[in-house]
Amino acid sequence: MTRTASSIGKDLIGLENLSAEQILTILDASEPFKEISERRIKKVPALRGKTIVNLFFEPSTRTRVSFEFAEKRLSADTVNISSSGSSVVKGENLVDSARNLEAMRIDMVVIRHGSSGAAGFLAERIPSMVINAGDGSHEHPTQALLDMLTIRDHLGRIEGLKVCIVGDIRHSRVARSNIYGLIKLGAEVAVCGPKTLLPMGIADLGVTVFSRIEEAIEWADVLNVLRLQLERMKGGFLPSLREYNRVWGVTKARLEAAPRDVLIMHPGPMNRGVEIDSDVADGPQQVILEQVTNGVAVRMAVLYLLAGGEPDTAEAAKENVDE
Amino acid sequence: MSASLLIRGGRVVDPSQALDATRDVLVVDGRIAEVSENVEAPEGAQEVDASGLLVTPGLIDVHVHLREPGGEHKETIATGAKAAAAGGFTSICAMPNTDPVIDDPAGVGFVLAQAAAARAARVYPVGAISHGQEGLQLAAVGEMVEAGAVGITDDGNPVMDSGLMRRALEYAQAFGVPVADHPEDLGVSAQGGMNEGLVSTRLGLRGKPNASEDIHIVRDLLLAELTGGHIHLQHVSTAYGVEAIRQAKARGIKATAEASPHHLILTDEAVEGYNTDAKMNPPLRSAVDREAVREGLADGTLCVLATDHAPHHYDEKEQAFDDAPNGIVGLETSLGLALTHLVGKGLIDLATMVERMSCSPARAFNLEGGTLASGSIGDVTIVDVNEAWKVDRAAFLSKSHNTPFDGWDLTGRARYTIVGGEIVWQANG
Repeated sequence: MTRTASSIGKDLIGLENLSAEQILTILDASEPFKEISERRIKKVPALRGKTIVNLFFEPSTRTRVSFEFAEKRLSADTVNISSSGSSVVKGENLVDSARNLEAMRIDMVVIRHGSSGAAGFLAERIPSMVINAGDGSHEHPTQALLDMLTIRDHLGRIEGLKVCIVGDIRHSRVARSNIYGLIKLGAEVAVCGPKTLLPMGIADLGVTVFSRIEEAIEWADVLNVLRLQLERMKGGFLPSLREYNRVWGVTKARLEAAPRDVLIMHPGPMNRGVEIDSDVADGPQQVILEQVTNGVAVRMAVLYLLAGGEPDTAEAAKENVDE
Repeated sequence: MSASLLIRGGRVVDPSQALDATRDVLVVDGRIAEVSENVEAPEGAQEVDASGLLVTPGLIDVHVHLREPGGEHKETIATGAKAAAAGGFTSICAMPNTDPVIDDPAGVGFVLAQAAAARAARVYPVGAISHGQEGLQLAAVGEMVEAGAVGITDDGNPVMDSGLMRRALEYAQAFGVPVADHPEDLGVSAQGGMNEGLVSTRLGLRGKPNASEDIHIVRDLLLAELTGGHIHLQHVSTAYGVEAIRQAKARGIKATAEASPHHLILTDEAVEGYNTDAKMNPPLRSAVDREAVREGLADGTLCVLATDHAPHHYDEKEQAFDDAPNGIVGLETSLGLALTHLVGKGLIDLATMVERMSCSPARAFNLEGGTLASGSIGDVTIVDVNEAWKVDRAAFLSKSHNTPFDGWDLTGRARYTIVGGEIVWQANG
């Protein structure tokens, strides 16, 4: 059961191995799908007859629901499998899951897993198309794609922009996917956070490193503020949430000191008063809910393209309203 | 009636006697009887034609995990001893991190009994430093040595309590055995699964820095100096670690140390693609570290080449990287890798290889062997240094196949492995 690779490959595991052209293909294909979600009847038949499994080994609400809406709006048949991974040996479960899914002849798997490399591991073992919905600290490609689509919506371009990712870069799959994607599209990328949360060798990925948020804000056109995992006090990464907010929090006062209006993004869910203050989270520069809306369109585009849809027929795909 | 084996006309390389010449080797009743240019065959002697072949004192691997008792699905003492023989090893030292841990004389006796039944390579048990390898209280070191243990180690785990390590180095001296340590500060390692650096950052894997190993190497050297004990540092993988050991030896500290084939040949780039067969502890490091380990092996700072043979069942390695266990098998590839990638590339000469794989390991653990001097134990390895072969893990005698070297083209392989004058393994037959 071999499949012909689509214009973006058999699977979507990460942005590190995609070309700039492929990333732009996905962003461009997302545009026509945005409109479907604004309709009274939010459904087109593009993936009718396709079966998709959403295989979530880690708790997720936002990403899972976003994928599920994207799948349903394209008329795919979907099944959700959730496992906390706490009661079973994770890897063993993954191999067995792969074999079982293969046996059921499903078309696509959307996987979220706590171990880096898990999505690629699955993709190597089953003929179904695999979409990485976050693997450990490795990649979360659809999040970075929706981030880039949102930046492009607001600033008209990616190339030449200065984007700073703020927070726990060490443990963040969102950061890695954004770094790969943004650099490929010609943005300048920086990261900012306490050194305990910056991984070794990060500058070698081609990013600027700021240790203070004030410097990052002065430099940036866009701040992508990561969620701080509240358990990071364990392991000695941080002394306290209060101190994190005081030193690295994105606050109104800090934004007002910036030389230009900085676009504020956050992949959610937010810890208000920790990495981002409420008056910023609800303020005029934030585009956080637009990211969520774009998430559905980007995921529709990825599903559509992986299933073999041609980029230039994405516009046509939405026309065939299925009522 | 005495049993004799005559090995005819091989190139005998025995650094213990500074010998590199064509010689006959006669083994009588399990001991080397004569090494000279023309040995007259005793009546009824079995003869092996070694012309064109290399003849060395039996190779010794002082660092292997045989998994029995408790992990027999990965390896048994018998399969490990046979894999060792197939790799040219006449003696191996079995680590005690089994289930149960080998921390008392009964455990040591069990390993020896299983090894005797296997009739392959000799297996020397290494006992635990601490009871249950829990790092809390000393195991029965004296009784274990009396039962046949040749050293102590908590390998698998480091000894985190420096006070306990000090006591072990003091206590073991009465019994003349080395204290072998897996040097690693677990706090600095922070559950890292590979070397910390650009590759770990890109892959999103937790990394452990060189410092996690270096801290304990330096600690162990200081404690060896304090106590006068013999520290044996296992699988050294860092540039600083090599330098620290070099300086300590120059100061007269009683230290021996290992280099492993994988640290001599690979770097952390082998982990790309989340290759669990490139996951071991200590991890594959940078090219700078690899170079330092090579220099350390060449100049004798790392006087022992040891594999850290660590079998794992295939489905244990068939997991996401974080979830897969550490370790690779090494017994059946070590000699070929050393000949191809160390000797073959001019990093060390043949005599140095034999020194690191036979003479030094014997000295470090006070084992018989490591020499073909008259009267010594009749352990001999006969090697075809020109045999070109491809590593095929499916053909391993080891129960496990977890190697990053599968499919590699190597030159040089054991032809006969002789233990106590008996051929325990012979290629192509």
